Amino acid sequence: MSALSPSDAAARGWPAVTVPAAPAAVVGRPALIGLQQASVRFGERQALRDVTLQIHRGDRIALVGANGSGKTTLLRLLNGLLVPSTGQRLLHAPAGAPSGHAHRPVTAMLFQRPFLLHFSVRRNLQLALWLAGVPAAERPDRLAGALARVGLQAMAALPARSLSGGQQQRLALARAWAVRPDILFLDEPTASLDPSAKREVETLIDEFGHDGMALVMSTHNLGQAKRLAGRVLYLDAGRLLVDCSADHFFHRTDLPPEAAQFLKGELPWS
Amino acid sequence: MVLTQRGLWRRSLGVLLTGLVLAGGVQAQAPFIVMASTTSTEQSGLFGHLLPVFKAATGTDVRVVALGTGQALDMGRRGDADIVFVHDQAAEEKFVADGWGLKRLPVMYNDFVLIGPKADPAQLQGKDITAALKKLAAGSASFISRGDKSGTHAAELRYWKAAGTDIAAAKPAGYKECGCGMGPALNMAASTGAYVLADRGTWLSFKNRADLQVLVEGDTRLFNQYGVMVVNPAKHPHVKQALAQGFADWVVSPAGQAAIASYKIGGEQLFFPNAAK
Amino acid sequence: MHIAPTRPGGKNRGLRPEPMDAFPQSIGLALSLILQADAVLWRVVGLSLRVSATACLLGAGLGLLGGAWLAVARFPGQTLVVGLLNTLLALPSVVVGLAVYLLLSRSGPLGSWGILFTPAAMVIAQSILVVPLIAALARQLVVDALREGGDELQAMGAGRLLTAVLLLAHQRLAVLTVLLTAFGRAVAEVGAVMIVGGNIDGVTRVMTTAIALETSKGDLPLALALGLVLLGVVAGINLVVGLVRRRGGGPLLAAGPVGATG
Repeated sequence: MSALSPSDAAARGWPAVTVPAAPAAVVGRPALIGLQQASVRFGERQALRDVTLQIHRGDRIALVGANGSGKTTLLRLLNGLLVPSTGQRLLHAPAGAPSGHAHRPVTAMLFQRPFLLHFSVRRNLQLALWLAGVPAAERPDRLAGALARVGLQAMAALPARSLSGGQQQRLALARAWAVRPDILFLDEPTASLDPSAKREVETLIDEFGHDGMALVMSTHNLGQAKRLAGRVLYLDAGRLLVDCSADHFFHRTDLPPEAAQFLKGELPWS
Repeated sequence: MVLTQRGLWRRSLGVLLTGLVLAGGVQAQAPFIVMASTTSTEQSGLFGHLLPVFKAATGTDVRVVALGTGQALDMGRRGDADIVFVHDQAAEEKFVADGWGLKRLPVMYNDFVLIGPKADPAQLQGKDITAALKKLAAGSASFISRGDKSGTHAAELRYWKAAGTDIAAAKPAGYKECGCGMGPALNMAASTGAYVLADRGTWLSFKNRADLQVLVEGDTRLFNQYGVMVVNPAKHPHVKQALAQGFADWVVSPAGQAAIASYKIGGEQLFFPNAAK
Repeated sequence: MHIAPTRPGGKNRGLRPEPMDAFPQSIGLALSLILQADAVLWRVVGLSLRVSATACLLGAGLGLLGGAWLAVARFPGQTLVVGLLNTLLALPSVVVGLAVYLLLSRSGPLGSWGILFTPAAMVIAQSILVVPLIAALARQLVVDALREGGDELQAMGAGRLLTAVLLLAHQRLAVLTVLLTAFGRAVAEVGAVMIVGGNIDGVTRVMTTAIALETSKGDLPLALALGLVLLGVVAGINLVVGLVRRRGGGPLLAAGPVGATG
């Protein structure tokens, strides 16, 4: 569990944040991906500043913050779509991997609007399996399993683009499920869905988490964060200000002022 | 879609090779030579008449690339043709002297005619080309020159010189160079009512005459001699000497000469065979 | 052996049609050419289509890949290369013809191939002409699509070039339009095929060089008629392509929301 130590916070001039130690359940879970003082700069703009954190197997993380705070950048950085300008991104072999074998954690990502190719549902899944390097023999089973998992078997032959918003997002989830990721990154996955589709997708995400996938999800919807997350990361202007349990984030008062302000502003809308 | 990344590249390569094969397979199978000749000869329709007779006699295809005389000789020098068939004796003799061609054989002649508008504002009608050009030089009537290093252009310059005008030094008032073939020059003359020197063959097959007609003809100086030369294999070893020589020998033979004489447009003979006996 | 249609009304050569009569006369001529199914004409049309189609296939192979690569590659001077590519869009066909002629001439570096004045040379010249067109347009297609799906494909494990190629495959119809554009450019050009082909009757004479020949012989109605025939043939091809698209992409067009690239 990595949080700002009181001395770090003092050095930065912020009020010291005392955060309780990690919940017992997290201790002992292997780390999968870590960031060490990572920063990302786009030309003039500093998108992320000195972020240090670890993602463990079984984590259910909500990533919250105002627009432009760096949530998407952080997700892309964690997933390896970006390279940090300074600092490091570390990959840890999941426990149980044969020693000496360079095994990286398998990741998948969902975006707010899923990008589906102009092919059928089935072909989109086949493409995902192919890109992930799944052996040809395993593909048919995984494909069928993924479709069944999200309830889209009936739509396998339809053009992916003709599906409704919620169905498309479920297809994206199927795509992710098919590659058996260790971590699933989600960038505001339900933001453009209507309420019933939102519920469907949320339920699936929850189930995936129960199936053992680590979840890192950015969201504006604090109710969603409360429902799904066990841990909350709060970003403000590219800095990771808070990294604590969801319980603590939503119910305690000893949060940095920015976070407290954010909660107050967002809560009525969730 | 059971594709592998390698499979994709292999498939694209296959498409590429098929394409090349398609392109290559379009070529003819009979033995052939490439002949560089002039646009005026081709447009007169002579080859359409002559070459099938040659093919029937020998089985060889002749592929004619029609350019201006200067370009045709250049083609011979570059080795892109097996045989050259043009009408500029001075240039041809130089071609042989420089070693680019084997012996020059005279084949036939046709004649040039001076074409102009029916109204003939410069009053050039007659039988004397030198006199006509003298009158043109003195006045301001429009004259279209091919200006393209062709045999016709070379002849035109010779006639101007005989009439006392050095075109390079001082052009007459209405002189216009188009850098184009005989047909386009005639088109231009037809649309602007200008005078132009043309070979009779192109004139007879030209369809866009407007009000143009022949004004000066019959002057022996207007006769236009054709010669054929096989490209020298010493300079370009790939030249198909045997086949090319076959054409040269045939076209000066009685059979070839008769074929030339039998070509007529509207009952008129265009080319007069005169190979050395 | 040249295209000699029996003209309606039995006009013979040597007659002087008024220039403005050329247009209506040419339409009648074009129709009679098509109806008579003149063997020489159709051989010339066939060669035009074969040469340009082959050139477009070759050009597609290089151009689509090159354009896709250029859209995702990162190297110093990339802006210059893109600028150069866009400049090559204006490459005059006669310049390409000249360059290829000098390469393939017996006195040139590739003279030993011996393909000057053959359809193969024409294919090569036209390929060079269409590659920049296909590459520039493909590059733009990929750049635009990258904004939409580049991240996601990369997240799924596709390398940069594969992402670009997948995005092209995703926009099949747009790519087809690009290829049709390239085909139009190829089949309509005369400068390159004239120089490297030599307009040899029965061997390298294509529609455009035949039109040029008839024009310089002064037979303007026939030249226009040949032009109309060429346009008619290309229109026919577009019609067939359109039908195939509709049939093949049936569900794509029938169902609801479709991507803008459809």
